[in-house]
Amino acid sequence: MTERLPLLFEIGVEEIPHWMIAPALGEMEKLFRSLCAENRIEPGPLRLDATPRRLVLRAEALPARQDDREELVIGPPKAAGEGAAQGFARKNGVTLAELRVETTPKGEYFALLKRIEGRPVIEILAEILPELIRRIPWPKTMYWTGKGGPLFIRPVRWIAALFGDQVVEFEYAGVRSGALSCGHRRLGAREIVFDHATYEERLEKNGVILSAEKRRQRIEAGVKKLLRGTGLEWVRDEALLGDIVYLTEYPTPVLGRFDERFLELPREVLTTVMRHHQRYFTVQDGEGRLAPRFIAVMNMKADRKGYVVKGNERVLEARFTDARFFWEVDRQRTLASRMDGLAQVTFQAKLGSYRDKTLGIVLTARRLAGWLGLDLELAERAARLCKVDLMTEMVKEFPELQGVMGGLYARADGEPEEVAQAIYDHYLPQSMEDPIPRTVYGRILSLADKLDTLEGCFGIGLIPSGSKDPFGLRRAAQGVVKVLVEGRLHVDLKRAVEEGMAATARLFPECGPAQTQALWEFLLDRIRYYFREVRGFAYDEVNAALAGDWKTLPDLEARLYALKLVRQTENFEPLAASFKRIRNILRQAAWERGDVRPERLEAAEEKTLYEEAQRVLGEVAQLRASGDYIRILQAVATLRPAVDAFFDKVLVNAPDEGVRANRLALLGRLLNEVSSIADFSEIVTTTTTE
Amino acid sequence: MDSYQETIFRLKRFWAKHGCVIQEPYDVEVGAGTMCPETFLRVLGPKPYNVAYVQPSRRPADGRYGENPNRLYKHSQLQVILKPAPANVMDLYLESLEAIGIRLDQHDLKFEEDNWESPTLGAWGIGWQVMLDGLEITQFTYFQQCGGVDLDLVPAELTYGLERLVAFLQDRKSVFDIEWVEGVSYRDVRFLEEQQFSVYNFEKADVQMLWQLFGLHEAEAQRLIDEYRGLDAEKDFREKSRFPLLAAYDHVLNCSHTFNLLDSRGAISVTERVAVIGRVRKLAVGVAGCWIDQQRLLDGAAAQEVQA
Repeated sequence: MTERLPLLFEIGVEEIPHWMIAPALGEMEKLFRSLCAENRIEPGPLRLDATPRRLVLRAEALPARQDDREELVIGPPKAAGEGAAQGFARKNGVTLAELRVETTPKGEYFALLKRIEGRPVIEILAEILPELIRRIPWPKTMYWTGKGGPLFIRPVRWIAALFGDQVVEFEYAGVRSGALSCGHRRLGAREIVFDHATYEERLEKNGVILSAEKRRQRIEAGVKKLLRGTGLEWVRDEALLGDIVYLTEYPTPVLGRFDERFLELPREVLTTVMRHHQRYFTVQDGEGRLAPRFIAVMNMKADRKGYVVKGNERVLEARFTDARFFWEVDRQRTLASRMDGLAQVTFQAKLGSYRDKTLGIVLTARRLAGWLGLDLELAERAARLCKVDLMTEMVKEFPELQGVMGGLYARADGEPEEVAQAIYDHYLPQSMEDPIPRTVYGRILSLADKLDTLEGCFGIGLIPSGSKDPFGLRRAAQGVVKVLVEGRLHVDLKRAVEEGMAATARLFPECGPAQTQALWEFLLDRIRYYFREVRGFAYDEVNAALAGDWKTLPDLEARLYALKLVRQTENFEPLAASFKRIRNILRQAAWERGDVRPERLEAAEEKTLYEEAQRVLGEVAQLRASGDYIRILQAVATLRPAVDAFFDKVLVNAPDEGVRANRLALLGRLLNEVSSIADFSEIVTTTTTE
Repeated sequence: MDSYQETIFRLKRFWAKHGCVIQEPYDVEVGAGTMCPETFLRVLGPKPYNVAYVQPSRRPADGRYGENPNRLYKHSQLQVILKPAPANVMDLYLESLEAIGIRLDQHDLKFEEDNWESPTLGAWGIGWQVMLDGLEITQFTYFQQCGGVDLDLVPAELTYGLERLVAFLQDRKSVFDIEWVEGVSYRDVRFLEEQQFSVYNFEKADVQMLWQLFGLHEAEAQRLIDEYRGLDAEKDFREKSRFPLLAAYDHVLNCSHTFNLLDSRGAISVTERVAVIGRVRKLAVGVAGCWIDQQRLLDGAAAQEVQA
C-alpha cells in the first residue's frame, strides 16, 4: 500500500474579478486531473475553493510516490547475434543475462524488461503546479514583472504548496512557494502558519471564510437577522448574491435606509441604482412595496461605529438625487416632442440614425399589426416613440433602463397604456431566460425592432460569422423566435422576412435574394436551436416538422407536440420506416409526378391502400382546418396495416410500365400529402425495413 | 478633521516618503492626470520613475454650472506613478489611506474590477476601482500599453479623486461645502470657475474657432512628428537628441482638450467622434514612438560617454 499524503495548493493573487473565479476553479480542477493523469498519479478526491484573493486546490490523498512500472524495450533481432545483444545490454547498463527474447509479429528480438522506479510525487508536483498556474485560462490577462513576463489575471503575490509536511518547492513570476498563507487585507495577519488540519480554521481566525458556500450562508443568516421583527422582506437576487460571495472574504450584511421621499421615483430606477450600481439588495414590505431600506454587504466583520452604513447611505443619497434630477428634467418635455432629435443619434454608420431605424420599426410594426388584426394606430404610436428615451438624461446615465424609461415617460406623458407597456417591454427577451413582453403590442414592437435590425444588417452584408456578432443578431433572432412561439403569434415568418427585405432593398440596392435567403436560414437555425435546446424536442422531430408546410411558429410547435406524442404509439415508427422506404423507391425511380388511375390498380393490397389513403387523406384534410395535429397523426398512423400489406404483397417495380407508374403515383401522392404535415422519413426509427 | 489642502499635503508627504518626486500640476489643460507628460511619457522606456502630483482635470461635458453637489467641470486628481510597481503596492496604497485618517478597521473597502482604457492615448491597463463604504475613491491601474506600445516596466497608477475623498472625510453632502482651509470653502475658491466655464463650454465656445484650433494644433504636432522622423540618427544626432518632442506633445494635449470642448458643445456626432478620437490617437502614438526613439538615442550617447 503506497503512502498517501494531503496536498494544499494556494495561489495568492490580488483581487480577481468576481465573475471569473468560479469558472477558473473548474479549469483548475480539470488541469490538475489531466496533469496527474499525464504523470500516472491517481489524484483521489479534490476540493477547490476560492476567495477574491486566493485560488485553493486541496487533494486529500495523493500517493507519495509514483508506482514503479515496467517497460519492454525491444533491441536488435535475435538473428543479429550475440554481439548486437551485448551492445544493447551495455547501452542499457545491464548484463546479457538480463535480456530476454520476445516474439513479435516481425520475428524474434532481444528485449529488456526495464524496471522504471516511480518518482517521488513531490518532485512531480514541483513541475506541474507552476504549469497549472500558467495554464489556467482567463478572459483577459496582464503582465506585471516586465515586458515578456508571465501572464495571469492579476499579480500573484504568494504561493503556498504543502505536500504532507513538506513544501513543494518552485517559483512562479518571482514568487517562491512556501508554507505560509495570508489573511484578510485588514482583518488578518500577512503571514499565517497552518497545517492541513488547521488551514480553514486559521484562515477564519484571520478574517477569511474560505468556502463560498459558507460565505453565502453567512450573508443569508445576516440578512435574516437584520430584518427580524421589522416586517420587511429581503428581495433575493441570486445573481447579486453570487457576485458578492466572490467579492468578499468575510461578508457581513448591514441595513441602511434612505429618505422616503425618493420612493416617488419609479421603482425600476431605485432598484437599478441599488442593485446594479451599488450592489445593494433591496427590501420590501409585506405587500411587496419597495421599502426605504437597503442591504449592503461589507467585506468586514462588523460595523461597530456605524461608519459603513452611514457612508453607503450618503453615496446612495447622492445617486438618488441625481436620478431625481434626471427624472424631473426628462419629464419637462414629452417623448413625442423630442422625436426629431433621433436624427442626431447614430444607429449604424450605413443604416443611418435612430430616426431611420424608427421608420423601419414603424413599417414592420404596422405590417404585423395588420396581419394580426390589431389597432394600427397604437402599434405605430408605440413604434414611433420606442427609441426616444435614448436621448433622456436617465438613459444616458443608466443605459440598462432603455425601454423601461421610455415606457414610464410615455405613461407620464399620457400616452395610451398599450403604448407605454409596449415601449417598456420592447427590449425583451434579452436572453432565453427572460420573459417575453406582457402584451400583444409589446410583442409586435419587440418583433418589429428585432426584425428591423436583422433585415438592415443582413441587407448590407453585416452577417455574423463565427463568434463575431457585434450587433447581437443571434440574440435578436432568438428573441424573434421566442416571442413568436411563446406569444402564440400566428405570423407568417417567411412572408414577414421577405417583405421586410424587400423594403430594405428599396434603400440598399445591394440587398437581394441572397441576403434574404441568408437571413431566412439564420432564422431557421435559431428555430432549430430553440426547439431542440430550449424546448427539448428531438433532432429528428424538429427536422421532420420543419420539412412540413408550416407557416407560423405556433403551428410548427403544435406539429412538434403531436409528433412527440404520437411517435410513442405502436404504429407510428414502423409507418415512418415505411415512408422512408417509399421515399427511396420514388427517388430510385426518379418519380416526379403522375396521377393515380384507380381503374388500373390490380392487386387487392394496392386497392386497399388506395382506399385507405383516400379515407385517411380525406379525414386529414378535414382535421387540418382545426390544426389538431394529434388527431391528424393518429389518423395517418392507421395507414400502417395497409402500407405493410402493400409492401408484403405488391411489387412496385412491376414489369408492366403502366402498372409501375400507377403504383409509384399511389405512393407519391401518399408521401406528398403526408409530408406536408411532417416529413416522416426524417424520423430516425429503430426498426428499419429498407 | 483635516482641511482639503491638509489632506493633499498628507498624501504628498506620504508618497514623498516612499520615494516619489513631488511634481506640480502640468500647465496645459488635460482631462486626466494620466495625460501629463509626467505619466504618459515617463512610463515609456526602461527607466524606473516614481512621481506624485495633483492634477486639475478638465472635462467640459461634466460641468453642471456649479449646481450639482457632486459633478464638476474641473476636478482634482492626485496622481501617483510607481514604475515599476513594487510587490507591496497594495499595502502602500492602504497605508496612504491610513495616512489621511481613514481607519481601515472601521470602514469597508473593496477592489472591484475596472480596466482603464484611453482610446485617445492608445493606452490601457488592468485594475480596479477602489470602493470605500460604497464610494469610488481611487482608480488603481497596472499599465500595460501606452501610446500603442507594450511597456517595458509595468507601472502602478493610483488616481485619487480628491474632492470625493475629502467630501467623504469631512462628511459633506456637497463637494462645494468642503473646507478648503479653515474659514474658506471649496465653493469660495472654485464656484465661479465652475459656473463660468460651464457657460462657456456649453453655450459660448465658438465651434468654428474650436475646429480651427483643433486643426492648427493637429497640424503643428504632426509637422513636428514628421520632421523628427525625417532626421538621421547619426548625421543629425545633435538635432535629433534635442528635438522638441515635448512641445509636439503639448499640441497633442491641446487637440485633446479642444476635442472635449467641441464635444461639450454637442458639435461632434457619434460617427464623427470615433474618427476624431482616431486623429488624436494617431498623434499621441506618433509622439510616443518618437519619444522612445529619442530616449534610446540619449541613453546610447550617455553609455558611450561612460565608455570613453
